[in-house]
Amino acid sequence: MLSELNPGLILILGAVLVPLLRGPVRKIYMLLLPVFGVMHLLNTPHGTYGDYEMMGMVLETYRLDQLSFVFGLIFHIAAFLGILYALHLKDTASDTMQHVAALIYAGAGVGAVFAGDLMTLFIFWELTAIASVFLIWARGTDIAYKTGIRYLIVQVGSGVLLLAGLVMHKAETGSIAFDHFGVTTMADFTAGTFLIFFAFGIKCAFPFLHNWLQDAYPQATPTGTVILSAFTTKLAVYSLARGYAGLDILIPIGATMTAFPVFFAVIENDLRRVLAYSLNNQLGFMVVGVGVGSALALNGTAAHAFSHILYKALLFMGMGAVLHRVGTTKATELGGLYKSMPWTTVFTIIGAMSISAFPFFSGFISKSLILAALAQEHMWLAWTVLLFASAGVLEHSGIKIPYFSFFAHDSGKRPKEAPWNMLAAMGIAAALCIGIGVWPEYLYAILPHAMDYEPYTPGHIITQMQLLMFAVLAFVVLVRTGLYPPEIPSVNLDTDWLYRRLAPSMLKEMGKAVTHLSGGIWGLIREWVDNIRALAARHHGPSGTMGRSIAVGNMVLWVMIGLAVILLLYL
Amino acid sequence: MSDNHNHTQDDQELGWFERVENHRLLILLTVLICVGFGAADFFYHKHPHFSAEEIPAFYGLFGFAAFFFVVLAGAQLRKLIMRPEDYYDDQEEAQDAE
Repeated sequence: MLSELNPGLILILGAVLVPLLRGPVRKIYMLLLPVFGVMHLLNTPHGTYGDYEMMGMVLETYRLDQLSFVFGLIFHIAAFLGILYALHLKDTASDTMQHVAALIYAGAGVGAVFAGDLMTLFIFWELTAIASVFLIWARGTDIAYKTGIRYLIVQVGSGVLLLAGLVMHKAETGSIAFDHFGVTTMADFTAGTFLIFFAFGIKCAFPFLHNWLQDAYPQATPTGTVILSAFTTKLAVYSLARGYAGLDILIPIGATMTAFPVFFAVIENDLRRVLAYSLNNQLGFMVVGVGVGSALALNGTAAHAFSHILYKALLFMGMGAVLHRVGTTKATELGGLYKSMPWTTVFTIIGAMSISAFPFFSGFISKSLILAALAQEHMWLAWTVLLFASAGVLEHSGIKIPYFSFFAHDSGKRPKEAPWNMLAAMGIAAALCIGIGVWPEYLYAILPHAMDYEPYTPGHIITQMQLLMFAVLAFVVLVRTGLYPPEIPSVNLDTDWLYRRLAPSMLKEMGKAVTHLSGGIWGLIREWVDNIRALAARHHGPSGTMGRSIAVGNMVLWVMIGLAVILLLYL
Repeated sequence: MSDNHNHTQDDQELGWFERVENHRLLILLTVLICVGFGAADFFYHKHPHFSAEEIPAFYGLFGFAAFFFVVLAGAQLRKLIMRPEDYYDDQEEAQDAE
């Protein structure tokens, strides 16, 4: 019975006990939860477990195979590192809430990865949304509260789209199994599979659906952002790899994701927001891998998700330590911190070199799988965009993050080194980044498909070092000639402007106009209402299209869209 | 939050990374590494997938150009989308006041 338990439930149910425990007992208990999860995972042979029948649907609550194993394993490692990083938090109500939220959130992420059907996926999907918002609210500021609400609407909205898609997909095929949907071109989409794809796309931060990420992640607590960075978006990548591998449109979508955040990251002053743009850019590489869909490309996506979670968490840990000690991550207020935070500096640089894909660091051995897959398929345009984005990664994550926080102009600030638990978490993450880079065969061995790939050829090392070192040279030239744009305290507009500025001001204008309208308008409205009523009778009557049972999905969808729009505008 | 202590004599001294002669050293090192890896292009057997890869030091030139473009394009983007830090606060406060 216990062996049939989805490992995510160990973290979720385990979180319930946390408020009852105090001091060191609580700390050890929390660290042990992901360890138990991994042990459970390693002791289960691949297969499906925990089958239940509910309302005529077969739920597969625990499916363990090659693909879910890779993501499940790294999610556990991320949970462990996230807990260790947050271990200095006290037993106060607010800090306890953060611990509980982090554990439930991580557990929901793990649970979703092991979901064998769409209903189980949906339940965990929504749980990730609800649990994670507390990591933002725990910051305790008014801005964090409002940002959290916006984040929650988008995340829950994604879940409701998933539910609507699930209902339609069930009506179309009679199945709720979470397997490949058989969609490889746009023409293959059905209403159900498109809605599910859209739901995944929101969580994966597709272009124009991306801005919740840059809006929310920098507002979370120093420890919360580390946890947030690991799960939601990589769950979406996993879901795309599971359901839509080989879908051609994912290649241009992913390529766009790698390229456009690069420009925003250059001019962003808040270094945690720079990392959020950088996260978006890294997701692009994984999405391209899913779109290509070959064995090499899918291995690339899984491997890149694995190493990305580690170095991205490491970078967010470095900036979290700075935020914890200095109280800000604005580049304009930092500089010269290496003098008093040497360990944080070294670990952040290791994260920066990993994400930049220097040889013998983790990014090198995972990103190259995706680029090699593109080259193999002779997709020159996508390959060129990804190569361009690789140089961009070096700019914002490789150089900008460590340079402006720890070097650049001495800010005169001499904060204490990060607490021991933060250093320990950063140290382990850094060791894993290097370990994976030096001994890639262990990661390659657990990838979903068998492959014959050698990352350390002379050609690969030389070309990659050329790309990176000439880009470093460009940085030197730009700084020495004064062409490098200075950091400026500012906000940069992104798509959130549409619902934070444009729509509210339009509504205000509309409201004014409405109050000026005469009472005669009521006649018009009466007419509309009568028309709508007639229309409703036609469509929702016993023979109407909306009268069919599938309407649940439609109704949920439209109610959700309506509510989300109202809420977004209101906030 | 901040744990700054008073500046002592040590703090006023320039760190290794702030000395001009060390800047020169780092730049020289970067140039030497670039020259080294650029030259290395001639000493191994290439298996190009795309014809552009046959250009000597293609990756290096591409990396240099891409980095330059990203930074300069970003500076232009600022003209379009940069706003004061309190840009959204103004409006949200106004909304709260209503």
